[in-house]
Amino acid sequence: MASIYLDHNATTPVRSEVFDVMEPFFKDRFGNASSIHRYGQDARAAVEEARARVAGLVNARPGEIYFTSGGTESDNLAIKGTAYARKAFGRHIITTNIEHSAVLNSCAFLEREGFEVTYLPVDEFGRVDPGQVEDALTDRTILVSIMHANNEIGTVQPVGEIGRIARLRGVCFHTDAVQSAGKLPVDVEAMGADLLSLSGHKIYGPKGVGAIYIRKGVEIEPTAHGGHHENDVRSGTENTVGIVGLGKAFELAAEERESEYRHLSGMRDALETRIRVEIEGVRVNGHPERRLPGTLNVSFPGAEGESLIMSLDIAGIAVSTGSACTSGAIEPSHVLLALGRDPRTALGSVRFSFGRDNSMEDVDCVMDRLPGIVAHLREVSAAQVPG
Amino acid sequence: MYSSTVMDHFHSPRNVGDLPDADGVGNAGNPISGNTIALYLRIADGTVTDAKFRTFGCAASIAASSMVTEWVIGRTTEEAASIENHTIAVALGGLPPTKMHCSAMAADGVRTAIEDYRSRHGTVRKD
Repeated sequence: MASIYLDHNATTPVRSEVFDVMEPFFKDRFGNASSIHRYGQDARAAVEEARARVAGLVNARPGEIYFTSGGTESDNLAIKGTAYARKAFGRHIITTNIEHSAVLNSCAFLEREGFEVTYLPVDEFGRVDPGQVEDALTDRTILVSIMHANNEIGTVQPVGEIGRIARLRGVCFHTDAVQSAGKLPVDVEAMGADLLSLSGHKIYGPKGVGAIYIRKGVEIEPTAHGGHHENDVRSGTENTVGIVGLGKAFELAAEERESEYRHLSGMRDALETRIRVEIEGVRVNGHPERRLPGTLNVSFPGAEGESLIMSLDIAGIAVSTGSACTSGAIEPSHVLLALGRDPRTALGSVRFSFGRDNSMEDVDCVMDRLPGIVAHLREVSAAQVPG
Repeated sequence: MYSSTVMDHFHSPRNVGDLPDADGVGNAGNPISGNTIALYLRIADGTVTDAKFRTFGCAASIAASSMVTEWVIGRTTEEAASIENHTIAVALGGLPPTKMHCSAMAADGVRTAIEDYRSRHGTVRKD
């Protein structure tokens, strides 16, 4: 049976080059980076080397990078940390209705705490209009949080323009770059970002480690209080193993970014073309050009997403509906609803996300199975398809 | 996640289709934003003699629809009408808690189809 992994936006395997640099830190180089002795110094040097690498990738200074447990923690820190640090200046936050749940639920939490949140709509391709950001800004706005690239549909936002608008008004700008880092250029200066979230496991690094960029001078209230680690922004003994892996993963991703972009977009475009030609009535979700290179989200009206995924899984092909964080829920994807899809079309959507180990043969293998699976599920649902 | 019985009925659903001259038709589920079933029953002498379904939905709802056709064939309308929400989940070897509504939808399909049959046949009860 085939064994094809097309769910790289959910997570990726650790590359062997990354694993190799991590391995010594499990046992022999186990020191606490805060310790003064040589064990601690060794760990500290490794952590700082990784920090410099991550900083270089996003055009930041090493002192502006703080390690966290991952994208969710970085998003929480950016949003709640800014809200609590700046609440004396105002209690208004601007975001979009297609953000990752780490952002949306942090904002929902702050609404319960008395903050006001504006959720901007997106167009049919999932793009935010920077003019709407400008119009939504008030004298009480303290933060704009808009993701760089969407995890479900891959649409890339005009973050540079949004960052300039926020900067002109003196408002902090946060962007979640968890899906884009390593795949697209991520430059905090070009983006005008004051805060930026990163994760390791989307780019062949380990799970459980991420980072946040905090522009020098931007104040953040910590969400975890403790022993003053990470310059008091994020207490907790540094996860040396994970941090070393994250640094290596970012280094490799930066080196290979351009060739990988061509590799991923080539496979994605081939699959998209074949699906459009060989399966009737499909709809591709996301922006046709301004999109992550390996991401393809397609609606198959008449077939339900979980059934499609289970059938593909039986055939040895691993994909997902929307984001893995919501696949336990029955509700249609909030991202697809925001594009204006009707709920039942949204329910019949699948995300294919390619990675470095995929090949054109995988595209052929998917197309050997997918048309039959869609036809079968449409047969099962025949009388149930609206219109 | 799913029992082998669920996977079997999902992968090879029984009795997919419709009965153009069905004696009772049951539509259930949420046609706006969720899973839906159309269940078609043929009934003779108070007994269900054939059943077909069309379902839009997740693996559990397709498996439940397939199972409910097997469960209902051969039962009297009285027996069919007394189906409980968990009946099909039990027959499937259990469903995850978040999927119990799929079992309930299949049961709703049976109850609605029997109601449809009874309303078409007035108060005349052959059983």
